[in-house]
Amino acid sequence: MASLEVEGVTVAYGGNLALDGVGITAERGRVTGLIGPNGAGKSTLFDVVSGLRRPSAGRVLMDGRDVTRKGPARRARHGLARTFQRLELFGRLSVRDNLLVAAELGPGRRHAARLVEEIIDRIGLAEVADVLADALPTGVARLVEVGRALAVRPTLLLLDEPAAGQDAGETERFAALLRSLAGDGTAVVLVEHDMGLVMSVCDEVHVLDLGKVIAAGPPEAVRRDEAVLAAYLGES
Amino acid sequence: MDQFLAFTIVGLSTAAIYAVIGSGLVLTYVTTGVFNFAHGAAGMLAAFAYWQLSDGWGWPVPVALAVVLLVLAPALGLFIERVLLRPVQHLGEAERMVMMVALLSGLIAAARWIWDPNVARPLPTFFADRTPIHWGSVTITWHQALTMAVAVAVAAGLWALLNRTRTGAEMRATVDDRALAGLTGADPVRANRVAWVLGTQLAAVGGILIAPAVALDAQQLSLLIVSAYTAAIFGRLRSLPLTFLGAVVVGCMESYLTGYLPQNDYLPGLRLAAPALLLFLALLLFPHRRLRGRDRRLAPVPLPSMRGALVFAGTVVVFGVVLATVLQGTDLITLGPLLPLGVVALSYVPLTGYAGQISLCQLSMAGIGAVVWAHLGAHGQPWALVVAVLVAAVAGALIALPALRLSGVYLALGTAAFTVVLDRWIFTLPSFHVLGVRIALFEQGSLEVHGPSMLGLRLDGERGLMVFSAVCLALVSLGVAALRRGRFGRRLIALRDSEAAYATLGGNLLVARVAVFALAAGIAGLGGALYGMQMRTITADQFNLVAGLPIFLIAVIGGLGYVGNGLFAGTAFVGPNILLDLASWTPNLVAIAPALAGMGLAGSPDGIVTRFRREWDPVARDRVVLPALLGALALAWLLRILDAVNGWVLLAGVLVVAFALREYAAARLRSPAEPEVPVEWWGVRRPWRAEDGEVLARGIARG
Repeated sequence: MASLEVEGVTVAYGGNLALDGVGITAERGRVTGLIGPNGAGKSTLFDVVSGLRRPSAGRVLMDGRDVTRKGPARRARHGLARTFQRLELFGRLSVRDNLLVAAELGPGRRHAARLVEEIIDRIGLAEVADVLADALPTGVARLVEVGRALAVRPTLLLLDEPAAGQDAGETERFAALLRSLAGDGTAVVLVEHDMGLVMSVCDEVHVLDLGKVIAAGPPEAVRRDEAVLAAYLGES
Repeated sequence: MDQFLAFTIVGLSTAAIYAVIGSGLVLTYVTTGVFNFAHGAAGMLAAFAYWQLSDGWGWPVPVALAVVLLVLAPALGLFIERVLLRPVQHLGEAERMVMMVALLSGLIAAARWIWDPNVARPLPTFFADRTPIHWGSVTITWHQALTMAVAVAVAAGLWALLNRTRTGAEMRATVDDRALAGLTGADPVRANRVAWVLGTQLAAVGGILIAPAVALDAQQLSLLIVSAYTAAIFGRLRSLPLTFLGAVVVGCMESYLTGYLPQNDYLPGLRLAAPALLLFLALLLFPHRRLRGRDRRLAPVPLPSMRGALVFAGTVVVFGVVLATVLQGTDLITLGPLLPLGVVALSYVPLTGYAGQISLCQLSMAGIGAVVWAHLGAHGQPWALVVAVLVAAVAGALIALPALRLSGVYLALGTAAFTVVLDRWIFTLPSFHVLGVRIALFEQGSLEVHGPSMLGLRLDGERGLMVFSAVCLALVSLGVAALRRGRFGRRLIALRDSEAAYATLGGNLLVARVAVFALAAGIAGLGGALYGMQMRTITADQFNLVAGLPIFLIAVIGGLGYVGNGLFAGTAFVGPNILLDLASWTPNLVAIAPALAGMGLAGSPDGIVTRFRREWDPVARDRVVLPALLGALALAWLLRILDAVNGWVLLAGVLVVAFALREYAAARLRSPAEPEVPVEWWGVRRPWRAEDGEVLARGIARG
């Protein structure tokens, strides 16, 4: 069963439709890509899915359960975690404490400290574990957000441009991390501008443009899709 | 009907003044992004200055008006813009707000200094000698007509300024985006300056017009602003027409309450508190957003070690014992509140420092604690202290529930309104019954407060109470340190740093905010009970809004993220009381000091406590200087107890020795005893050390 189903979600800012009847699905054990030009509505969709913004129409289902009217905290308890395009770290806490706050709120709270150390090892944050989050360079800060999201042991993980600011080597390691997360049975939804990363790790890709899904399917098919090429390169 | 019309006229006349003051507030807020808490105080100062010139020195009214409105008010506006705000422009919203609270507190203290509050200063209304205008059954005095005419003129003038002049266009552009407005050739600094000058002039006009209707009292006039705030909140701090509408609602409501509120013991206070109640409701009902983007600069919240916290707590107790043994006579009484108010100030650390909730009602919570203790702890039962803390905590939780919708300056306003409701109405109520339980407050006068009985001891003397307060402050400091190190403290900081992230991780905003309000109110309640014990008698006035502002200011200056702030704030706020008896002017100096200190915030925005720690760290680490200092302090204490030296010599001697030792320790740190050995001689001219390998490896890697 799909971990996440978004059906006909519409969000209006004033008279403009940021999302117009968007439907996507994400399944456990798979990495689902969500791409599109700037302003396509990707982050707005994440806000709707995570409960920070209520849609004017449409439904959000997690594991078949309608959570459209539930707040962000309830969705988190259903297993959702996310990162933010504009960083939302707890800047005055150390990296370790950032993860600890999350772990203590999640299902692993009984062994929070151990869980945090495992995550620090897994994504390579040992060197910065005691650094204040505000002092981190952007690339590392994004990784800490991923780590913090993992600390609530999510079954559905929304990542908003997690690899921005990483060099080639770091991106390579990050791709491996994403694959291993999916291998653990997590449904990963990835918003990313790095097409190389998207095409190499995603099992399925949805393309958003001007608030609508204009294509969906395996990466290879999407890459050749006429509508996608037009959206990215402009009408010829 | 005639009576109704008469009250309407009075209401509209008052509304006209609120509209003038409120529009000045909106003008400065939309242009500069600073909410002027001192707006009413500016009007108050103008009214006093006008009285001084016209009545005091006998200048002709037009000259006095011209000097106040065209010289003094603009000068104050420029002072605010240039001296107070520009140094904190790059800091956060909270710092700018602190500046304005400091100005409010400072102007009230300055006015009381210049104009003795015990002298009555009647100010005549304008055109008092002319016969009122009769219009059917309605009578309008010339003063009332003048206020309404001024309001109409202000409305027309502001409309023309904003819509028909280049300056107005610049001001409106600065609202939307300061940097962008600058790029298009507009001058944001000039726009700010114009806004401050105009805003202060409007406050001055309002102050002069309203002063004849109320007593010329610094505090009362400054707080009349609450009504104008309400009007401005009706306009969501943006819209001038809605501000005028809000002013009409507030002005008429006050007038009708005066006319129609039934006369009994419980309701007179309600009329006084009505504008504040309306402000609270307006804040909750009208949706608002912040003018500027999110504040990214937050107070640092260092992690105290448990050992450090224990040492600090021990120091607090020793400090209390030393104070209790060296102070004599009136000093024991004037310095009595030092540690209790330190506890109240410490309540700001979890609430504002960690959780970022700006509250101006902590002293009211202290008042609740003091009242509960006074009634229940009359025989010193320790459980009554627990009840006092719990009742204050419940009151804190009750404020938190409506305040959940508010943040930043709106929360500060909401809590200030709550404080005004408490001290003008609730605290003035005679005793009443709720569900068969008799609730007694200040019994419309003063309350006697006694010390607790513990371990077979009745602590009723100043010295015993001082030590008891020190123990309480030490325990609360330890508790706050443990909080910072624990799960709840982390959550509070997380909640402040990113509400969105905290919520999407499954955190419950409501529970955390209510809990921290309750916790902080409980701490303040304990401080209030201790304060009451030291003061022996308490009145509602000791816990009002204006009394609480300096404590807030000192706590901010100390640094809201530091556990040591309780001791610092208590000492910095109450310590200067030793100067009270020195000369006739020293009490005024002591009263104005916190405001002046608050205005100096830009000098160390992260707090004095961190600076203090940095400067004294060499002493704490030095194995020679620290024991020497402790020995000197112990000797000084002994000499004082044996009455070999007096208090002033003791204070001066301790300060000289401490500073000299600090300099010595710093000098020792700067020049290590052993001369620097060049790296190629390591292991030759001096023994090879374990860490040398790593130092070399790092140097090579860097090269």
